[in-house]
Amino acid sequence: MSSLMSSGLMSSGAVLPTMILDIGLMAMLVVVAFAIVRMRSLFGIVMLQGVYSLLCAAWFVSLDAVDVAFTEAAVGAGVSTVLMLAAMLLADRQSNPVPVSKQIAPLLVVVVAGMAMFFAIGDMPAYGDVNSAANTYVGMDYIARTAEEIHIPNVVTAVLGSYRGYDTFGETVVIFAAGLGVLLLLGLNGNAGHWQATPNGQRISAASAPAADAQEVAETPSKSAVKAKPKPRPKPKPKTIYKAAPQAKVSKKAKNKTGGE
Amino acid sequence: MSIIFEQYNYAIVIILMMTGLYVVFASRNLIKKLVGLSIFQTSVFLLYITIGKVSGGQPPIIVESHGADHASLEPVLVAAANAKDAVAHAASKSDVLYSNPLPHVLILTAIVVGVATLAIGLALVVRIRETYGTIEEDEIEALDYQYNLEGTAD
Amino acid sequence: MSNPEQQSPDNMQDPHLILRIISKFLIPFIALFAFYVQFHGDFGPGGGFQAGVILAASVILYALIFGLDAAKKAFPPSWIRIGMTIGVLLYGGTGVLAWILGGEFLNYSVLAHDAAHGQHYGILAIELGVLTTVATVMVAIFYAFGSRQPDLQNEDW
Repeated sequence: MSSLMSSGLMSSGAVLPTMILDIGLMAMLVVVAFAIVRMRSLFGIVMLQGVYSLLCAAWFVSLDAVDVAFTEAAVGAGVSTVLMLAAMLLADRQSNPVPVSKQIAPLLVVVVAGMAMFFAIGDMPAYGDVNSAANTYVGMDYIARTAEEIHIPNVVTAVLGSYRGYDTFGETVVIFAAGLGVLLLLGLNGNAGHWQATPNGQRISAASAPAADAQEVAETPSKSAVKAKPKPRPKPKPKTIYKAAPQAKVSKKAKNKTGGE
Repeated sequence: MSIIFEQYNYAIVIILMMTGLYVVFASRNLIKKLVGLSIFQTSVFLLYITIGKVSGGQPPIIVESHGADHASLEPVLVAAANAKDAVAHAASKSDVLYSNPLPHVLILTAIVVGVATLAIGLALVVRIRETYGTIEEDEIEALDYQYNLEGTAD
Repeated sequence: MSNPEQQSPDNMQDPHLILRIISKFLIPFIALFAFYVQFHGDFGPGGGFQAGVILAASVILYALIFGLDAAKKAFPPSWIRIGMTIGVLLYGGTGVLAWILGGEFLNYSVLAHDAAHGQHYGILAIELGVLTTVATVMVAIFYAFGSRQPDLQNEDW
């Protein structure tokens, strides 16, 4: 394997600068990913996700995947950041801190899985290996056959459109279905779920869990359950059935209740 | 030792993948979970693309002239590709090395499908927020628990 | 997304004057670039997926700067329902056309007398289909999120 690497070094003298660029981009990716883990402001998280996508796009260019880099820059850094910001505007601004005791088990799982994958690295082909199994048969065959059969320079477009046309058709249908799903969930005018019908005088509407004092319950779920509150659950009014009480009001109510007790 | 010099890309990809997985597991905020999922997804993209990289290769856009009708395009293509190598290899055509285009095709479509599924996830998060008033997972669970208990008490 | 107080015409001294003028200048070029990416995708990096996303990005930028209502006038929601289906049908229809002309499903070689030219036409048609679906779906998703009324107030930041 080292002989292959050295032959690669000889054939193009530009390996060392590429390696430095690669390592720099990798380091930035790791730093951004760790910053996302540590951060609690959702705005910051979403923005760092855009930065992460842009760094990935830069690395894709270095890895000769210009089409992928193009897509990642347009989709990952552009559209998905905008979508996440829009969702954040509708959902929340901060994420609650996770207690350390709840972090141990995920950390253990992740470390064990990562170690297992590290042991598997030895079986993978070397980085940039020309003669690896992945790079010898079908991929290179596509390059040769595109020049003969399709006569367009961009092999990626040829494979995408022609050789793997079924695949791309499926992907297009998936995108169509995803757009349909979002429109069903939210509505093109943003009013899906804001409806109710009353056949036989019985109201059918978006079934909603009680928008009760979330924080009190979150603190002592079992206690309040055992107490079996004397006050029956208030009937959901038509307006509040889909619109939960604002966060500030909930916390105030919870505070009043605890003060009263 | 070979991991450090020849396979360091996989090490970084695994670290990124596990970071994304950790965010998915550990964080209770649904939007942060989705961000973790997209980090995980992007690291899988990186894994595929690094496997398809050929050192000293070029982007899989064929440099040679392949017919008189596209001959005028060739300077553009040469400039777009690694200029020095292209000129050097122009004499001996068959010698140009290209990176593997197959992973590029697979990942290209996966990225766009990824944003479409992310949009579905975000739409679900928005509906959850409107119904429960929170997007923290443990608060949602507590609300569900309370709702179930009250349902049986009635 | 849409900020109603900034849409009022009498409010001329808004803080986004530079943004508005620059984006008004840039948006046509972004849309043009999308079509360049689309039709130059055979020769350089690009194709239907990228072009669709860039075209949607121009609409999204317009909506971010000028408000969702203005964007819905420029890119009506009725186009979305049509465009999403037209794209998939165009892709599938190309395959069916190849089928009718005697080839396999999505085998474009039969679309013209020369096999390579048939491939060119086929790829052009399916990329157009992909462009239409991707662009309209992205705009649809943005409209859906953008026109939802938020529960949160701006002071919650």
